[in-house]
Amino acid sequence: MADAEGTGTAAAAATGGAAAIGPWARFRAEFAESRLAMVGLALLAAIVVLGLLAPVISPQNPYDLAQLDVMDSKLAPGEESATGKTYWLGTDDQGRDMLSGILYGLRISLGVGITSTVFALAIGLFFGLLAAYFGGWTDTLVMRVVDIQLSFPAILIALVLLAVLGQGVGKIVVALVTVQWAYYARTVRSAALVERQKEYVEAARVLALGRARIVFRHLLPNCLPPLIVVATVQVAHAIALEATLSFLGLGLPITEPSLGLLISNGFQYLLSGKYWISFYPGIALLLTIMSINLVADQLRDVLNPRLRR
Amino acid sequence: MSAAPLLEVDGLRMHFFTKAGVVKAVDDVSFRVDRGQILGLVGESGSGKSMTGYSILGLVDPPGRIVEGRIVFDGTDLTRLDPAGWRAIRGNRIAMIFQDPMMTLNPVLRIDTQIVEAVLAHADVSRESALARAREALVRVGIASPDERLRAYPHQFSGGMRQRVAIAIALVNGPDLIIADEPTTALDVTIQGQILFEMQKLCRESGTALVWITHDLSVIAGLADEVCVMYAGRLVESGPVADVLERPLHPYSRGLIDSVPSRNERGRPLHQIPGMTPSLLSLGPGCPFRERCDSANGACRESPAITEPQPGRRLRCYHPAA
Amino acid sequence: MLAYAIRRLGQSLFVLLLMSALVFIGVYAIGDPVELLVNPMADEAERLRAAAALGLDRPLLEQYWSFLQGAASGDLGKSFVFNVPALSLILSKLPATMELAFVAMVIAIAIGIPLGLVAGLKPDSFIGRTIMAGSILGFSLPTFWVGLVLVMIFSVHLGWLPSNGRGATVLVAGIPVSFLTADGLAHLAMPAFNLALFKLSLLVRLTRAGAREAVLQDYVKFARAKGLTQSRVIGVHVLKNILIPIVTVIGLELGSVIAFAIVTESIFAWPGTGKLLIDSINQLDRPVIVAYLLVIVTLFIVINFVVDVLYSLLDPRVRLGGASAAH
Repeated sequence: MADAEGTGTAAAAATGGAAAIGPWARFRAEFAESRLAMVGLALLAAIVVLGLLAPVISPQNPYDLAQLDVMDSKLAPGEESATGKTYWLGTDDQGRDMLSGILYGLRISLGVGITSTVFALAIGLFFGLLAAYFGGWTDTLVMRVVDIQLSFPAILIALVLLAVLGQGVGKIVVALVTVQWAYYARTVRSAALVERQKEYVEAARVLALGRARIVFRHLLPNCLPPLIVVATVQVAHAIALEATLSFLGLGLPITEPSLGLLISNGFQYLLSGKYWISFYPGIALLLTIMSINLVADQLRDVLNPRLRR
Repeated sequence: MSAAPLLEVDGLRMHFFTKAGVVKAVDDVSFRVDRGQILGLVGESGSGKSMTGYSILGLVDPPGRIVEGRIVFDGTDLTRLDPAGWRAIRGNRIAMIFQDPMMTLNPVLRIDTQIVEAVLAHADVSRESALARAREALVRVGIASPDERLRAYPHQFSGGMRQRVAIAIALVNGPDLIIADEPTTALDVTIQGQILFEMQKLCRESGTALVWITHDLSVIAGLADEVCVMYAGRLVESGPVADVLERPLHPYSRGLIDSVPSRNERGRPLHQIPGMTPSLLSLGPGCPFRERCDSANGACRESPAITEPQPGRRLRCYHPAA
Repeated sequence: MLAYAIRRLGQSLFVLLLMSALVFIGVYAIGDPVELLVNPMADEAERLRAAAALGLDRPLLEQYWSFLQGAASGDLGKSFVFNVPALSLILSKLPATMELAFVAMVIAIAIGIPLGLVAGLKPDSFIGRTIMAGSILGFSLPTFWVGLVLVMIFSVHLGWLPSNGRGATVLVAGIPVSFLTADGLAHLAMPAFNLALFKLSLLVRLTRAGAREAVLQDYVKFARAKGLTQSRVIGVHVLKNILIPIVTVIGLELGSVIAFAIVTESIFAWPGTGKLLIDSINQLDRPVIVAYLLVIVTLFIVINFVVDVLYSLLDPRVRLGGASAAH
């Protein structure tokens, strides 16, 4: 540790000075240290707002067939149609405005990603705390299932599940929850185990505090930082996985077109040079996933005490 | 004292340029080491003693940088060397031993690899003769059945054994100077004594000079010829070890000596230096010890310069003890 | 070592059995293949005859039992669609998938580790930051969309590379491979890079994190204090330490590469097991799905085992089965 002498005191001084301004303010200040992460956060906020407001701001409702004109099908971006309309991102094979399609698609992709993450988090949290609190065979059983599941790629499990369950929003959420819960369970368990061995939890036990109180007041809050990081990353994974499954034709039905389905839809026209039907939804997907990853990366650095310098 | 010293550190300043500000880890440190001499470099953690050691070997990593001063080794100013020049000195003419033997040996490389590479880095010899030197070095530091030990991995050794291996690596190229950064601190007391004794013996036998960095004055007492006391990156007092320990001039050295248990009579409470080491980041001008010092007055807001109150002794204080 | 291997083998067989039951029961729930295979005009008697011929009229447990008996002798049933043994169908497609996965992994390793080292050794430099930004991008790009963009650029726009198929193959030890012919290489380039991209980003991040941690270690400083050259310090002292987790991850990711090949194969019409799986799911070709999954599970188990052995070879502190107790 001798080599840390000089820098160590510097870091101590820096954190000592920052402690006075409160944990939330410090968290914000540390997060804002990375400009890239702030850009990611702004982008993510914009994407979420666009998705939420899709019905309001879209030029057309892409799923109201009355608004579609087959004459306008497969128009290139910016090309003026016979009816005098201009579609800035082009149209697909049914004359659907790609911009509107993307905004609605964002809505579905984000919705599926976030919903599945929330359910997976709840289930993972429950089993993780269960395993950590009771230990023994409960722990062994839960963790064995988690280990076996995590030894298989998520896409493979989701694929098989969807092959069994069939298509649909509810079904893809079930598949995504099934592949994700194990990550949370593992994260929660390891964080809770570390906390459980600390003296204050021991002290709480000696004081005969209720189990629920120990779990919710002591174990849970300490699991939150790693959980937040994992959840952020997993939202991005869920969105990417849903898109991939929809692309393979196993995810969402054609009535609920997510970004993945839009891309899949345009694939057949790609070889004839009509790139925009696939390309722009892909850009939207990429920006969504990337903004989440940028935020998650910085969260990991800020919330991880080991890396704090 | 007339001959040119082996090592002369002159006005060395090494600063870390961090986001939070400049940390003056080493701030105006000067000392000299003659051939075969043992110098003790004493201070609390954070005093910059280890950083002084790293500076001599050019092992300071960014954001740290030597900003001023000279390190003259055998007539060459090391601070002017290019990386290749510094590499030729390291491990060859100046070697270093680190504090924690559990961390200094690479866990995934065999002992023979780790010694042989040190030989081959500086001598154009065959692997066989490098291996022979490695074996010889292990024997010298008192490791039994060296052939078997050479083929082992660090995790198969105890802490004391690992430190012996590290010493063997330091000695293998017959350096003129060894910098030992608290090499016994992490060891059991009985092993500490052995290692200390053997280091001293090996250095005396081979005429190797030694800079022994420690926070432990009792180690210095029986080992060193000269002692330098550091505080908050600065050299505060230096001189022959017996003189400094018997008649410390700086209030900090005095406090340090008084807080060593063996020097107190039984039953009397141990002396403590009040307060804490100041943060090097927020350090303003003036004597860094003044907050903790009994003799401090208004004058101490101005940084004291080095004086030479007696021949061979140097001091940085306005209020030397009588 | 032997005891360890036997214990691992037992565990593996248990996992395999468990998976086979789960998969079999799960897949049994998929639609009714008779619907698909028999002429829609056929009468009830004809349907029953077809179902009986396929063994679909028997109870689930009985079907599973006969499936297990068959599996033990290497018979995983016949493909409903192709009317050939499912296992040999999978095995005939396996070389294409394995070639794709291995080439992708080689690309990921050959590019990812050096870039990660550079980013880890110079984290604050322009090049270090660029590499990191690139790896976030690579992490965020959905594999299938990258595939589309590659096709768009290199096949449609530039016309340099073929967009589908495997190209000319040559037999090496009886196994057809593409990478030894120019045509095969041209076909292989895009899918392999597509599949590699995600793992490449992963390796960059992993290597970077490992290198950043390793350079702070005392043993690196001690190595420098010995006067070793920078290349030896990095290439031996740093790299050998970070290789341990990297090899583990590479091994484990090999399985996921094979799984993700499903997507890449679908885009580039690469005639491997992944494409076969998607086709089989769409056609409810149950025996092929089950056979695919069992082959993949077996493959994973083998890979995990090999990784464990490699791990113990790289890290002297890990001794399988406690063989180091003698010290």
